[in-house]
Amino acid sequence: MSHYPLRRNIYTDDVEREPTRAGFGRGLKVAGEADGNIVALCADLTDSTQMSKFKEAFPDRFVEIGVAEQNLVTVASGMARAGKIPFTSSYAAFSPGRNWEQIRTTICLNDQPVKIIGSHAGVSVGPDGATHQMLEDIALMRVLPNMVVVAPGDSVEAEKATIAIAKNGKPSYLRLAREKTPVFSTDDSPFEIGKAYVLREGSDVSLLGTGTMTYQLLVAAKILEEQGIKAEVVHVPTIKPLDDHTILASVQKTGRVVTAEEAQFAAGFGGGIAELLSEKLPTPLLRIGMHDRFGESGSPDELLELFGLTGDKMAKDIKHFVDTTPQYHR
Amino acid sequence: MKMQPTIIELEHKAYALREDLITMLEHAGSGHSAGPLGLAELVATLYFDIMKYDSKNPEWDERDFFFLSNGHCVPIQYVAMAHAGFFERDELKTLRKLGSRLQGHPERTKLPGLENTSGPLGSGLSQAAGVAYTLQHLDKNSRRFVYVITGDGELNEGNIWEAAMFAGKYKLSQLIVFIDRNNIQIDGPTDEVMPLEDLHGKWEAFGWHVQEIDGHNVESIRDAASMARAITTKPSVIIAHTIPGKGVDFMEYDYRWHGKPPSSDEAKDALHKLRTLDGKITGEHE
Repeated sequence: MSHYPLRRNIYTDDVEREPTRAGFGRGLKVAGEADGNIVALCADLTDSTQMSKFKEAFPDRFVEIGVAEQNLVTVASGMARAGKIPFTSSYAAFSPGRNWEQIRTTICLNDQPVKIIGSHAGVSVGPDGATHQMLEDIALMRVLPNMVVVAPGDSVEAEKATIAIAKNGKPSYLRLAREKTPVFSTDDSPFEIGKAYVLREGSDVSLLGTGTMTYQLLVAAKILEEQGIKAEVVHVPTIKPLDDHTILASVQKTGRVVTAEEAQFAAGFGGGIAELLSEKLPTPLLRIGMHDRFGESGSPDELLELFGLTGDKMAKDIKHFVDTTPQYHR
Repeated sequence: MKMQPTIIELEHKAYALREDLITMLEHAGSGHSAGPLGLAELVATLYFDIMKYDSKNPEWDERDFFFLSNGHCVPIQYVAMAHAGFFERDELKTLRKLGSRLQGHPERTKLPGLENTSGPLGSGLSQAAGVAYTLQHLDKNSRRFVYVITGDGELNEGNIWEAAMFAGKYKLSQLIVFIDRNNIQIDGPTDEVMPLEDLHGKWEAFGWHVQEIDGHNVESIRDAASMARAITTKPSVIIAHTIPGKGVDFMEYDYRWHGKPPSSDEAKDALHKLRTLDGKITGEHE
């Protein structure tokens, strides 16, 4: 396994916390400095999505679209036709929530390198309630041909992912969170589109996490270790294309699989892993995430607790899964 | 430098496009008849008079852009592109067939010379607006224009009015839109399905320069485009009143011809009418 540097003190209360959208804001500015063809379009949420940093640095390359998400992505498609690399941002509930067909036809089928930035994804949006807690975006985006789907684990990785999708020449979806979440990666931690990373080795079960849920799996793995269960944690920031090789190598070793995401797991990240395993390496699977229901108003912490998306809760569910499921040996 | 065609030459070109269109649709066995027939003069005038392009170098960086927003009318664009030298006329026979570059609805990545992928209605105008914004405000290139054709039924789409607001706000004067006002859509007359009037007033209220013309009069089309290019303070829309099915009497004004091709006998009849001005003269090709 190649070495993945983790921060120190990630299991303590003083772990650094920052929203992934902040990393995006920094990354877009860096990408904009490197490439004059990068333009930014926003649907009336410039501060919320952290596009404001780019707007301040490059006011002439920022375009306010207003509350019009269909126009947001189709104007961007036209700009790409004219040689630009457009980043579009809104809340994930609205883009790609509202404008899926435009993304399908004018960006994916049309193969234009437009970047869809969906901020405020997941239940941790909190008090705004179910309308604004986007849970179906992974499913909507990963089914589209040509689309690349990335859910960064923390703000440091979000910055790297932003810079990477600026250069990949493909339609790309970047999934971001509103709330501050623990930063576990370092400036030296690797990030490459299409790669998964083993953060912690183990032999009893593979814990596959995407987005900010990877941190919760790290916490769960630490708790499980104290209970005698050796869990391997694999961080999967790129949901499409999946790093089959790294994932299957881990599963081959452990014979049990858990996935975690802050989204519907049906057709989502867990759905994708289920597809991969059932074809290549059928293995007992526990999917953690939202199971065919919407969220509701509450504080982010209360909601994560309610839906079993904290390290503590996950450790309990994973322990039960491990205790009741024989390791699948080949 | 291409020669400016005469009015008569453009009129003849429109009828030549119609003939190839009928043959092509009959061969395909599916597709739309009425809309493309009604667009013959508009498309002929755009491709053979108004627009700047190089059919041997479709990505030429001084070309004008053309966005067909109502992608189902693409057969008439394919015919014009063949006549303009983007590909051989023989390839028109492949329309809608497996492996063809001439997809049932246009796909940019399949055929050089297409600027967009289109079919689901309402999104071509906003893509064109994205190009026009780039030319005008980012690249500061005032020499290139962006031409668009939209249907009238297509104006039911919300995305159209989002784009109309956007182009008005940013005064995209290099954006020139023709509305094919043929008064039909799939379920019937536009007035019954979803009334559009006051169409002229609506676009004016969104900050556009508005003209209304006879969409079968090539001189009017040419003059309106010229006027639109001279307007440097706002985007331009030209409401082109057209007759669906124009040139084939049994298709004219009949919404049932929106989405079907002619049968073999109907195509023979249609070609006869097109070549003989409905029996008034002896067709030289017959």
